[in-house]
Amino acid sequence: MADNKNIMIVGVGGQGTLLASRILGNVIIDLGFDVKVSEVHGMSQRGGSVVTYVKYGEKVSSPIIDKSEADIILAFERLEALRALPFLKKGGKMIVNDRSINPMPVITGAAEYPEGIIDTLKQNADVISLDALELAEKAGSIKAVNVVLIGVLAKSTDIPYEVWVETIKKTVPEKFLEINLKAFELGYRI
Amino acid sequence: MKKLLLGNAAVARGAYEAGCKLVSSYPGTPSTEITESVVEYDNIYVEWAPNEKVAAEVAIGASIAGGRAMSCMKHVGLNVMADPVFTVSYIGANGGLVFCVADDPGMHSSQNEQDSRHYAEAAKIPMLEPSDSSECKEFTKAAFKLSEEFDTPVFIRLSTRVSHSQSLVELCDPEDAPLKDYEKNIPKHVMMPAMAKGRHVVVEQRTEKLKALAVNCNFNKVEKNGSKIGVIAAGTTYVYAKEALGDKVDYLKLGLVYPLSENLIKNFAKDYDELWVIEELDPVIETFVKSIGVKCKGKECFTLLGEYSQNMIKKAVLGIDTESIPEAAIPNRPPVLCVGCPHRGTFYVLKKLGLTVSGDIGCYTLGAVAPLQSVDTTICMGASVSAAHGMAKVRGEEFNKKLVSVIGDSTFIHSGITGLIDIVYNKGANTVIILDNSITGMTGHQQNPTTGKTIRGEATKQVDLELLCKAVGVERVRIEDPFDLKGFEAAVKEELAADEPSVIIAQRPCALLKSVKYTGRCTVEADKCKSCKMCMKLGCPAISFKDGKAVIDHSQCNGCGLCVNVCPFGAIKKEEK
Repeated sequence: MADNKNIMIVGVGGQGTLLASRILGNVIIDLGFDVKVSEVHGMSQRGGSVVTYVKYGEKVSSPIIDKSEADIILAFERLEALRALPFLKKGGKMIVNDRSINPMPVITGAAEYPEGIIDTLKQNADVISLDALELAEKAGSIKAVNVVLIGVLAKSTDIPYEVWVETIKKTVPEKFLEINLKAFELGYRI
Repeated sequence: MKKLLLGNAAVARGAYEAGCKLVSSYPGTPSTEITESVVEYDNIYVEWAPNEKVAAEVAIGASIAGGRAMSCMKHVGLNVMADPVFTVSYIGANGGLVFCVADDPGMHSSQNEQDSRHYAEAAKIPMLEPSDSSECKEFTKAAFKLSEEFDTPVFIRLSTRVSHSQSLVELCDPEDAPLKDYEKNIPKHVMMPAMAKGRHVVVEQRTEKLKALAVNCNFNKVEKNGSKIGVIAAGTTYVYAKEALGDKVDYLKLGLVYPLSENLIKNFAKDYDELWVIEELDPVIETFVKSIGVKCKGKECFTLLGEYSQNMIKKAVLGIDTESIPEAAIPNRPPVLCVGCPHRGTFYVLKKLGLTVSGDIGCYTLGAVAPLQSVDTTICMGASVSAAHGMAKVRGEEFNKKLVSVIGDSTFIHSGITGLIDIVYNKGANTVIILDNSITGMTGHQQNPTTGKTIRGEATKQVDLELLCKAVGVERVRIEDPFDLKGFEAAVKEELAADEPSVIIAQRPCALLKSVKYTGRCTVEADKCKSCKMCMKLGCPAISFKDGKAVIDHSQCNGCGLCVNVCPFGAIKKEEK
């Protein structure tokens, strides 16, 4: 691999972005790459914007992704996708869960939730948008949104399908495995 | 075997591999997971202490008694433990003694952006700064050795990006570090003037020896790429610079950030037309470099504020701008109190009563955010109680009748109790509300002395907050449920009216605790909704207003039912799923 791959996972605190980044991190170490995963803990997790950086390749130095550096952005929510857009490389890919969660300034009426986000994204990026919540429900739990999105991401990388499935089997508790494998499959096959 | 570990978990692993015997800490982002990760290792005694000062003293005692010991804290926690730290610098270490402090540039979860490196210089304690998880483990192991070899406590300095980034770590077997002998040694261990004078001499000699070590040690590395530009960096800025500048510059990577060595820096600097010092927060290294007569560029091209990044460094050093898609003007998404948060009931009532609220450190600091905007002040751990006492003393009785302090259970134990004693002792009449949610919330659910469980989840004695407040002389102590809005409001009014100190324990567990099981969900019956927006005042992330009516997002609602109590028209119903 010539260059390092930079993947950003963005969403709202409480959406399960950390599990997504852990699955991704584990997939990458199984492939023998150097990897860095940078997370946000503490106050920012309380319903605020949450950003995780996953970087891999021969040798990764900085754990963070700066503007114009992300190859792929995996967005759990529309507004967060738009917020992360400046971090995308020219010609980069944006995978977006076409759902909205109103931030407090919108709830209180101090700001408006922007219209036409997906169109804006499409003008600037190679966009895959989907309703991951619907697919998660189909898989058996609305909590599996993160694994549905991991499925879509998996398809956008050159990492073999089997590696993903094996990692999910190792990362997810037995009790929820069937739902999560189904969720991964639904994301992978869209 | 290589494993992907958080920087914090790697510090814990380093302590384990170094044969550390004891870890005592108080939680604080971004340092919390160090101590939590120690729980994985059965042979280390680990505890949450009531505050950082106690934690540091526990570790100091363990070190004097001959065991390797560590205490971990966030930057502001180091302020709390500064007293023992400055003096243990004189005492030194028998068993290796390590203080691991995590700074928070950019203030992801902190009330200030202080630079802990100043403490190393002020207390004359060597400080190591790793830049990834692998170094976190190696430096921690080395810190214990350094501590014993130089008879000194050792700081490890982390920052949020090192603490909370995972990278690969090679795991090793633990070393055998048997307890060292304990010997009574009054001149070394009893710091009264006569003895401390002797020890101060030793400390100054030690710093000189450490400076000599800095010239030639594994912590500091020179990387030559044949450039005419030299860069001095440490920790995060080293990895950012490596990514931004690659082999276009030469590097002096500092792992030992205190003491700095004049010889090392002069020897590196002499080869370059242009020398840069790149460091987040304060110009600590830069000031030293300039003080020894070496010219360098630093803060005049960077900033004292926030975090750095690779693009920022590329721009400053190479003059290269990075083009990116412009930022759109879009709404912020600030953190909010979670759905079902017990504090929401408390702040709703305090706002309704128009009170001045002396706030504190924890999830409930978010009571300052719109639409609740109830909190007036937040300073540091425990200040809600003592600062309110000061407010009442200067502004008088009338002001005090509209003034409350709010403080979490863990924060109250940490340093709120001393403020309460001050109020009682000095004839104050403040009303203090202890937000007892049965856990330390903001840092991610740590046990504390009021929860009845240790860090390992074992049952233990539980501090009874009601008895504790009574024992210090508060006669009016009552327990109330903040979700019983009417009852809670009446209680606050009664206690404010009283001419003596009072404590209300607002008791309801954190909604994120596994033991808390709200069922069902709330729904607005549109025909009954009179659009009064009372429910909107709760600032619940699940409730919004659409087409003139309140609506509740079922994917977010956890069925806590607080909004049912707020609606004056009975338009919100709770239904089982």
